[in-house]
Amino acid sequence: METVVKKRIKQVLKGDQDAYAEVVEIYKDKVFQICYRMLGNRHEAEDIAQEAFLRAYVNISSFNIELKFSTWLYRIATNLCIDRIRKKKPDYYLDAEVAGTDGLNMYSQIPSDTRLPEEDVESLELQEIIQREISKLPEKYRLVIVLKYIEELSLNEISETLDLPLGTVKTRIHRGREALRNQLRYV
Amino acid sequence: MKCPAEIILYMHEYLDEEISAEHEKELRAHLQNCKECQNHFHELKKTIALVQSTSHIQAPDHFTASVMAKLPKERHKVGVQRWFRQHPLLTAASLFLILMMGSLISSWDQDHQLSVSKQPNLVVQNDKVIVPEGEVVKGDVVVKNGKLEIHGEIDGDVTVINGEVINGEQYMASAGKVTGEIEEVNAIFEWIWFHIKNASKEIINVFDADDKDTDKEK
Ligand SMILES: [Zn+2]
Repeated sequence: METVVKKRIKQVLKGDQDAYAEVVEIYKDKVFQICYRMLGNRHEAEDIAQEAFLRAYVNISSFNIELKFSTWLYRIATNLCIDRIRKKKPDYYLDAEVAGTDGLNMYSQIPSDTRLPEEDVESLELQEIIQREISKLPEKYRLVIVLKYIEELSLNEISETLDLPLGTVKTRIHRGREALRNQLRYV
Repeated sequence: MKCPAEIILYMHEYLDEEISAEHEKELRAHLQNCKECQNHFHELKKTIALVQSTSHIQAPDHFTASVMAKLPKERHKVGVQRWFRQHPLLTAASLFLILMMGSLISSWDQDHQLSVSKQPNLVVQNDKVIVPEGEVVKGDVVVKNGKLEIHGEIDGDVTVINGEVINGEQYMASAGKVTGEIEEVNAIFEWIWFHIKNASKEIINVFDADDKDTDKEK
């Protein structure tokens, strides 16, 4: 698949705009998925996923053709997601970590409506619950969990995509798993 | 709780499939005897299974079309320029055909007058241009609507349009007499081609001049 993609990218570099459609077609679901899992809503996810493809196109000449295109594209997409989440933050502070609660965030401490009452758990679709709990993770943990367990990237690929040392990626995955364990243990 | 702190770490090493045989042995041994850690480990594995169970969602149907519609249009122009740069001959041909076709065809039809490039030692007789024996003509010689007889030497290219080069055994034998290339142009398409080639040479020069950086990148 990477070879087809590289062929198309070379065409795009030569000015063949239409060749880009196939590149979008190949990666649209994966990019959309990352954005959806990060942002938790389809509308925003579509917005950001399109923006990611647009940025990739405009900056295509800076892409090193020797590298994996997906890694580069996912990096653009994840950066855009993080930006979007940070812009929303002043309104919510949901992702702010509370001192001394490793991996937990304010959500865990907000009572009533934002926290799922146990009796409602069963009435919700399991899918929704999981997505909801993923959304509650601090973004840096959410990101690695999504890339690892939903996009199924290897630890090395995640490290390349996020431009983070492998050790940092591992630590974040460990903490992300622990945080999620706490959130999903009663499901 | 008396559980060693590293047991949790070993669980994560196990989940990342990066656990050493030694650690794995230790982890298994501990889990045999510790309900609490067993439970913790089970919850971690359940968590992963739950996350992995989320169905893969797909981008909306119109997604690709929307992206394509948003791409900046000016890139297209850049693309066209790039195409021209990579195909100077075709570019020259199309430009030439568009701009010059009309006037060129009429000039081919109407212009039957003998004309020749201006070199002092060329001799013109009726429809014939002669390079006299012992003479050396400097520069390119172009003869239109006439014949060219070479007895002496030409230090340059020879182009004969709508005519011919006369020389005992064709000009092959007189290769020594013409230092450059000899070309006969006798049909309308050759005539056009002759112009295209000249035009594209010029265009290539123009692009080469402003495109040296691109070449280096390749
Ligand atoms: Zn234990």
